[in-house]
Amino acid sequence: MDKPKRALPRPTPETAHFWEGTKAGELLLQSCSVCKTTYFPPRPFCPDCGSRKVEISRASGKATLDSYVINHRNHPAFDGPYAIAIVKLKEGPRMMTNIVGCPQTPESLVLDMPLIVKYENVSEEITLPLFEPEGDDNE
Amino acid sequence: MVGASETTELGVIPQISQQQLHADAALNALADAGLTVKDIDGFATAGDRPTDLAYYLGITPKWVDGTAVGGCSFMLHVRHAVAAIMSGHCETVLITHGESGRSGVGRGGFASAPASLTGQFEMPFGPMGPTSLFTLPVLRYMKDYGMTHEQLAMVAVVQREWASKNPRASQRDPITIDDVLNSKMIAYPFHLLECCLVTDGGGALILTKSERAKDFPQKPVYIIGTGESVETPMISQMQDLTSSRAFTVAGPSAMKEAQITHQEVDHLMVYDAFAHLPIYGLEDLGFCERGEAPSFIWEQNTAPGGKLPMNTNGGGLSYMHSGMYGMYAMQESIRQIRGVAPAQVPEAKVSLCLGVGGMFGASGCIVFASEPKL
Repeated sequence: MDKPKRALPRPTPETAHFWEGTKAGELLLQSCSVCKTTYFPPRPFCPDCGSRKVEISRASGKATLDSYVINHRNHPAFDGPYAIAIVKLKEGPRMMTNIVGCPQTPESLVLDMPLIVKYENVSEEITLPLFEPEGDDNE
Repeated sequence: MVGASETTELGVIPQISQQQLHADAALNALADAGLTVKDIDGFATAGDRPTDLAYYLGITPKWVDGTAVGGCSFMLHVRHAVAAIMSGHCETVLITHGESGRSGVGRGGFASAPASLTGQFEMPFGPMGPTSLFTLPVLRYMKDYGMTHEQLAMVAVVQREWASKNPRASQRDPITIDDVLNSKMIAYPFHLLECCLVTDGGGALILTKSERAKDFPQKPVYIIGTGESVETPMISQMQDLTSSRAFTVAGPSAMKEAQITHQEVDHLMVYDAFAHLPIYGLEDLGFCERGEAPSFIWEQNTAPGGKLPMNTNGGGLSYMHSGMYGMYAMQESIRQIRGVAPAQVPEAKVSLCLGVGGMFGASGCIVFASEPKL
């Protein structure tokens, strides 16, 4: 594990379960018990109807590539240009992430391509959910 | 006042972040009033940004106040809310306060603090400011509507054409699509010339009652419509990556208040921090159908001599951009209505000026006119 060069999140009481989840290899969303909306990022009430009756649900980890940029400015955590992506989870919500396990080029990063979550442990406390092309087993 | 409540607990509350203290009080006040977040169309807060809290709570406001002058900010919010309700800008205002003053949990200060939603769920993935955040939705737009790289580049080419007529513009030399596409790659698909300038400057405005306006030395410019909204501090959480929800609330609110049609707009300003903003603006304001703004610009409709002159000072791409460009967009609208712009639009009587805040996080829209009512 490299020394963390990324801006690391500081969990709050409302988001702690999410970060405990990624550390345990689970992608956790929340769902409203009243209106059934599944949402992200975490909060202890439904952003659609305001109900406080919400529960934590485990996501499949499957997503598609919704949009991205390839940042050409130097960043200490990345070697050369790297993609910052928005992925659409199978369960509906979108999230920002990086796409790993493939070249960081427009030719390799095709919108709507299927992705699967890959966890990256970046510090003792924090594991980030990154995504890689589904079916491309690079191990 | 139809609803009022404090947080469920007071005292020492280390198990709740500052943002959730706002939300807890808000949900309690809504319950007190028998309302839900969907009934709220005006939102004010201080200490934290109204964009962050309105997004967190799930509110789509038509009126926003983030006046922050210390502990009495909420009294000022009440006064401003009274004026807003009386003038019809909104009907039901929620004002929130939350402060983890003792425990300091999630007490941010700045928008990308490590405990903020942006700090937790966007910053770890390496964004480096607006060039790699504001630009993120555009590939989705390009795929959904077939916009080409050349069409995106044309936005910068047309605005440079306007800037070439303006001695105060920072960049005045005409450019071609090839110049744009051969300029340095900043964040694919954005090249240097598709990103705004970084310059220094300032601006100021003075307003008074319209009855007094004719007593002053300059030709008066009237404000006949206004609109505003916020969506989200997180670009990844836009409702639709091909449209700004804040634009779609602020723009139509302003046009409705002004009682104008699209045909009555002689001059348009759309805050252009990056080349895709005029495209989103033209469509979200309803000047173009979805997916048609790239060809509208390509066909020179917004260029000198076109039927809808837009960003006639050269815009943030070529005129100037100090970071908060909205002031300069309004200055150009006012020059056009006064008839003193360097690239003057003949007989400009109505100018619509659409601004953005954050990265598609907020919007304000003003309709300026040469007469108090059309």
